[in-house]
Amino acid sequence: MQLLFYIIVVTLFPLGVGVETALLHALGPGVLWVAALLASLLSLPRLFGSDFADGALEQIALSPYPLPALISGKILAHWLTTGAPLALLSPLLALQFGLDAHESAALIIGLLLGTPTLSLLGAIGAALTLGLRSGGALLALLSLPLYVPILIFGAAAVSATHAGLGAAGEFSVLGAALLVSAVGAPLACAAAVRIAMD
Amino acid sequence: MLQTQNLAARRGEAVLFSDLSFSLPPGAALVIGGPNGSGKTTLLRILAGLTHAEHGALSWCGTPMRPFDPRLRTEVLFIGHLPALKDELTALENLASLAALAGPRPAAARVREALASWGLARQHDLPARVLSQGQKRRVALARLALASAPLWLLDEPATALDDAGVATLCDAVGAHLASGGVAVIATHQTLALPDGAVQSLRLA
Repeated sequence: MQLLFYIIVVTLFPLGVGVETALLHALGPGVLWVAALLASLLSLPRLFGSDFADGALEQIALSPYPLPALISGKILAHWLTTGAPLALLSPLLALQFGLDAHESAALIIGLLLGTPTLSLLGAIGAALTLGLRSGGALLALLSLPLYVPILIFGAAAVSATHAGLGAAGEFSVLGAALLVSAVGAPLACAAAVRIAMD
Repeated sequence: MLQTQNLAARRGEAVLFSDLSFSLPPGAALVIGGPNGSGKTTLLRILAGLTHAEHGALSWCGTPMRPFDPRLRTEVLFIGHLPALKDELTALENLASLAALAGPRPAAARVREALASWGLARQHDLPARVLSQGQKRRVALARLALASAPLWLLDEPATALDDAGVATLCDAVGAHLASGGVAVIATHQTLALPDGAVQSLRLA
C-alpha cells in the first residue's frame, strides 16, 4: 500500500513539473526522500494500531520477555515490509529524474540507512498516539521534526555525489542516527506502550 | 499468595472501588461479580499489573508488586475481554503465538491437543476470521491448557461459550486450583467450582 503511494507520488512530480531535465535533476533527491517520509508516516499507525485494537498488545506488554526486544522485532518486521522495498525500488523511480548510476547508488544506500531510522523514530510517535482519535495528525506532528535531519542528510548524500564529492560524511551521520535510534527508540516505545495500557 | 490492601481505583472522576482488601491462599479462587461498569475489568487489570491503582498495595507471594513487575509478568496468565486473535492466522498459529509470548514455544502436537481439549480438533487449520465468537473464545481459553502460570486472571471467560464450553472452563479452573494455583475470575454467570475454595466479591 505504502509502496504504491510512494510510486504514485514520485511519478506525479515529473508529470507536474514538466520535462526540464535540469530542474528535475535538482528536485529528484528531495522528492524521492520526502515521498519516502510520507509513505513511512502512512504506514505507522498500523504498527501498533491493530494489536491495540484486538488485545494482542496487552498480551505483548504482559509477556515475560523484555518489551523493548519484542517491540524491536515488530519494528524490524515493519521496516522489512515498508522501508526496505521502498529503498530497493527507488533507483527505478530515480530514472524519471535523470539521476545517474552513482547518484542512484547514493540514493539507495541512503534510503537503506535512513528508512529503518524512520521506522524506529516513527514508532515512538505511533506508540504515543495509540488510542487517540486524531492520532494520525498528531503522529505526523510528532514524527516529522525527528525525520527532518534524516531527510536533510539523505538528500544531501545524493547532491554531494552529483557534485563529485563523496557522500561518506552523510552516510556516517545516517548510520549514527540509525544506531542511536536502534538503541533508544525501542526503550521509548516500551514506555509509551505501557502508558497506553493504563 | 495474592494479597491486596485497601485497593482503590477510579475512572476519570468516578471512584470505582476503594478499600478493597482480600487474601487468596494457594488453591483459592476469587469470583468477582457486579453490574456493568462497576470496575471488574479495572480490578483485573490492576492485579495483572497493566494499570496503576489509585491507592493501596498489591502483593504476590509476599512481595509487593508494581505494574509490569517482571515476576508478575512471568507468573500471571491474563485473558481479557478481547481474544487477541489475528484474523489471517489459523487457530493453531494464533494459539502457538500467544503461548510463545508467555514462555518457550510449545510443540505443535501440544498446541493441537490443547485445541482438541477445547472442542476445536477439526478447526485448527481454519483462519480465525471464519471462526464464530464462541470458537474464538475457546481458542483464547485454550491457553489455559498450555499455561504453567500460577495466577490466572480471567475477565468474563464464559462470554459466548455454550454449556460444553463452560463445563470445560470449570474443569480447567478446578484442576488449576487443585494443583495449588490461584484464580481471579470476573463473571456474570455462576461457575461450578469446588465449594471450599471460592471467595466471592461483589463490586457495587
